[in-house]
Amino acid sequence: MSATNSDRPRKKLVQVQHLKQYFNPGKPNEVKAIDDISFDIYEGETFGLVGESGSGKSTTGRSIIRLYNPTSGKILFDGQDISRIKHRDMLEFRREMQMIFQDPYASLNPRMKVKDIIAEGLDVHHLVKNDQERDARVNELLNLVGLSRDHATRYPHEFSGGQRQRIGIARALAVQPRFIIADEPISALDVSIQAQVVNLLREIQQEQNLTYLFIAHDLSMVKYISDRIAVMHNGRLMELAAADEVYNHPLHPYTKSLLSAVPRPDPMYERSRHRTDYDDSIEFDNHPRTLQEIVPGHFVFAAADELADYQATAEKYLHEASALGKSPLNA
Amino acid sequence: MSEQADKLELTPDSFKRVGANDTDAQEKISAPSLTFFQDAIRRLKQNKAAIISFWLLAIIILISIVSIWWTPSDPNAQHVAYANLPPKIGNGIPGFTGQANVGGQLVDKYAQANVPKGTYYILGTDYLGRDLFSRLMKGIALSLLIGMLATLFDLMIGVPYGIISGWRGGHTDTIMQRIIEIISSIPNLVVVILMLLLFTPGLGSIVVAMGITGWITMARLIRAETLTLKTQEYVLAARTIGESPFKIATKHLIPNLSSTIIIQTMFSIPTAIFFEAFLSFIGIGIPAPNASLGTLLSDGQKTFRFLPYQMWYPAAAISIIMIAFNLLADGLRDAFDPKTNN
Ligand SMILES: Nc1ncnc2c1ncn2[C@@H]1O[C@H](COP(=O)(O)OP(=O)(O)OP(=O)(O)O)[C@@H](O)[C@H]1O
Ligand SMILES: [Mg+2]
Repeated sequence: MSATNSDRPRKKLVQVQHLKQYFNPGKPNEVKAIDDISFDIYEGETFGLVGESGSGKSTTGRSIIRLYNPTSGKILFDGQDISRIKHRDMLEFRREMQMIFQDPYASLNPRMKVKDIIAEGLDVHHLVKNDQERDARVNELLNLVGLSRDHATRYPHEFSGGQRQRIGIARALAVQPRFIIADEPISALDVSIQAQVVNLLREIQQEQNLTYLFIAHDLSMVKYISDRIAVMHNGRLMELAAADEVYNHPLHPYTKSLLSAVPRPDPMYERSRHRTDYDDSIEFDNHPRTLQEIVPGHFVFAAADELADYQATAEKYLHEASALGKSPLNA
Repeated sequence: MSEQADKLELTPDSFKRVGANDTDAQEKISAPSLTFFQDAIRRLKQNKAAIISFWLLAIIILISIVSIWWTPSDPNAQHVAYANLPPKIGNGIPGFTGQANVGGQLVDKYAQANVPKGTYYILGTDYLGRDLFSRLMKGIALSLLIGMLATLFDLMIGVPYGIISGWRGGHTDTIMQRIIEIISSIPNLVVVILMLLLFTPGLGSIVVAMGITGWITMARLIRAETLTLKTQEYVLAARTIGESPFKIATKHLIPNLSSTIIIQTMFSIPTAIFFEAFLSFIGIGIPAPNASLGTLLSDGQKTFRFLPYQMWYPAAAISIIMIAFNLLADGLRDAFDPKTNN
């Protein structure tokens, strides 16, 4: 929730351009996990990526951090094409970008002590000179994520899901990255712990001026932490706009359906809430679709002949808002 | 429901904060920290068969280590005069009296052969008068040597082969797997017989044959497990941190493969021991004067009906070794992987 100030020209930290990521290309079991997506992440912002299970969110994150080689398309980090990073610069790239993994039970090596898990990055990047310094840094990181220092010599199986997730966060923070991909860091956790982890991530962001790609499968939590949100479905981006815009003025029917699934702590609303299902057959009418800017900063995956409709809807939101005496953009 | 709610009046005072700020106490784990191995060993200790096997093997290994420097008498020295003496231990334990049943009468063979008083052959002698106990010690030592070499091949070829094949994937994996298929389609026996064309029969050709085929099962198991391990998020995390593939193998893959490695080694040792015994038994293994469990069995088998002790003891030795290794391997598998057990 930091720099959303639009007067200041903002630096694009990550640029994803026409990224395609197919698994087993050309084989009968080909999966188009990502099918031509483009977006930018500005320095200092939290970019939320939302979509249902299997929509390609983790794959997007993993492509950006170069765990996969893209089938086609380009990913720029700090202006540099990540697929062309030379071997000797690779280590530096690995330090600047980190990932918090989705499954707290699979993301920690069961045979390593917590301190060695957290210090792995310190060792690889030679960030500490000796064992005392290493232990001190590990304790500092444990402290930062709210764990106690006697946890350092224990093994992951002795921890709860939330504690493990925090160990994963400490590991990512150890190398002082600029950009962190948080792959559903909270979806495997209890609701009570979700808030703790989200707050932790926000505090750290403010302290260290981090940029986040925050992946989640429902909108309820992301909208609090994200500056902008992209909605993903079947490997494509359906809608991309500022968090409030997506939440309050959704344009694409898929986003509307996602929103209709979000429960609100409002009994009157809940009584009348009905889920609208998304019928993806509207995508298969052979009209070429791309992300189109409907109102400034609000993009929708649309064909040329649908633009007018979306614009009309956007217009309607604008009227509703002005009827209430508010501008839609800072509602 | 609503009646209950009416009766039960809740005010903020009805609630008490339970150490919510006391995170240290909350997060404290009080159980002693057990590493994975300590835990596995604790489980192994509950398995009686495995523990007995372990101690039996320990004794057997000790005996064969001793045999490198010392045996009761020279295992290859022949005393034709003392041929086919039955087992004898000084103080007349039944079965070890030095007497044999000849035509329905018990005869003291030692007296007949004029063996000086005080000279005993604990397990008797063979048809050339060689001390069977010394030969058995040497034979067991040889078997364990074969077992060690099998372990060595498993670890030096099988494990790296499997890790590289699984980790690299793609074409590398395809080619490496085709090679394995070709090798494993040739029966071991054929390989040994082909070796006989190049080498004289003996330890050398057995070792080469094992080196060609013995590590295949290990390589396959390790590859399959590497394939699943490499998609684990902690391995991905190591990659995103910038860990080199070699370090990933040593820090992440091998520790997590260790139970498979240990268990598979425990299974391939008896297989190799049996392989050597079998080759020696049919006469293309360890050549004549040297003792191995296979040659002892083969010699003993020729006179089994008249002098059964010549075969009983080597047969018992090989059986105990095989069973002990297999039971220990089973126990280790259950200890390392409690899920498969229950
Ligand atoms: N290594 C792989 N090989 C083949 N297919 C894959 C692979 N990884 C992912 N997929 C497929 O790609 C699609 C997108 O997967 P991805 O993991 O990115 O989804 P996701 O949005 O993260 O879902 P979730 O919310 O369940 O984590 C899925 O259909 C998945 O089956
Ligand atoms: Mg995912």
